[in-house]
Amino acid sequence: MADRHKILLLDDDQDLLDLYREMLSQLSLSPEVHTASSGARAMALLESEPFNVLISDLKMPKMDGLQVLTLVRKKFPNLRTVVMSAVTDEQFRARAYALGIDLYLEKPQSAKELSFFVECIESLLDKEVSGGFRGVQSKSLMDLIQIECLSQNSSVLKITNGVLEGRIWIQSGDVIDAEAEDLTGEAAFQKIAGWKTGSFETLPADPSRPRRIMSSYQGLLLETAQAMDEAESGKNSAVSTNGEAPGEKNPLIELGRIPDLEFAVPAQMDSGKSLGQWGIENPDQVSAWCADTFKKCNEMGERFQWGDLKSFEGTGTQRHMSILPHEQTLLCVGFKKTLSREQVRESMKKALSKWIS
Amino acid sequence: MPLPTGTFTVDRFGKLITSTVSQSFPEKYVLEIGEAVIAIFRQAMEAEVPLTEITLTFASLKITARELRGGAIVFLSPLGLGGS
Repeated sequence: MADRHKILLLDDDQDLLDLYREMLSQLSLSPEVHTASSGARAMALLESEPFNVLISDLKMPKMDGLQVLTLVRKKFPNLRTVVMSAVTDEQFRARAYALGIDLYLEKPQSAKELSFFVECIESLLDKEVSGGFRGVQSKSLMDLIQIECLSQNSSVLKITNGVLEGRIWIQSGDVIDAEAEDLTGEAAFQKIAGWKTGSFETLPADPSRPRRIMSSYQGLLLETAQAMDEAESGKNSAVSTNGEAPGEKNPLIELGRIPDLEFAVPAQMDSGKSLGQWGIENPDQVSAWCADTFKKCNEMGERFQWGDLKSFEGTGTQRHMSILPHEQTLLCVGFKKTLSREQVRESMKKALSKWIS
Repeated sequence: MPLPTGTFTVDRFGKLITSTVSQSFPEKYVLEIGEAVIAIFRQAMEAEVPLTEITLTFASLKITARELRGGAIVFLSPLGLGGS
């Protein structure tokens, strides 16, 4: 991968986030380290840009680590996930591993443990490859099929690539059928083989499956390799680094690409109903507050003849906030505290124009 | 009604502590603005977006308020025709 590796750290403790970011930024691979202090913020970041590794705490208010990992596994099956928690309970560990995490580490308590943690993450990044299937790192799907066939195994490989799912039936070391989307047989096999990344699981053999693929597995793999070589020139993989299949996206993700934007909540001005959210866990509460604030201010403005409220800007200990009205809606956006007011205004204008468009 | 200009502070109960707002703008209206500002801070906190400073820009008036131990210091600035 030519680009820098990207790590997302999720923890509700800002001091720990700063410490881990500092440590991980010094890795020889010079990864880009991003942080999120809530599950919603982490999910928003993952949706807006591709990451290689997510390192998550388990115990967090609202959306806890296990909930985040469940969502991540579903939406970004290829994202490497590491749990780093002070929770030593075996039950939690087992649940986390059952969700398919790559590593479960206890929060480092000493310099030695911290160094071990950094080494583990570096090792995980080293294993990160542009392709590869979870469960057998650094192996392509073709490698997996070859292993199954050489071992004369009988099994069904279930391959998941984002929202796409395919199955390959192997009987006594021969590929006998495949199924993906509406395709079956060799066409389905070629389709699945074109998926560069994904996750797989081995299901019990299905001897009753009728044979639709008559070619030997060697011939099949050769044809597939040729087809992939030809397709390589096009380089048009339909899968993002996060393994997310193309499809409907949250329209607010575009707003999330604005630098230093923390969250966005559009709201209906009259009802206070949230019209979506990006990066926030309580959109309904915030949208109701925005609408109520605007309503009361407009009433005050009308009464004292100051006119309507044109804009609301706020600063807190955690972030800047800005609310702008547009027709019958309000756009409420949170920005990082590090921005100046002028930068917040400029970014807010961009956010509103993106939202309107 | 004239546009108010000046600064005032209110405590957490909405009681007026100090004011430089012209007397042509009745005190009961100053208190009303103070209550509205305190309510915004309180409700922002309840909505889990705590704020320590707010700026409300109306067509002809800008209200800037800073939270002060549950009360607030409020700045009222009329806007010119060009606004700002």
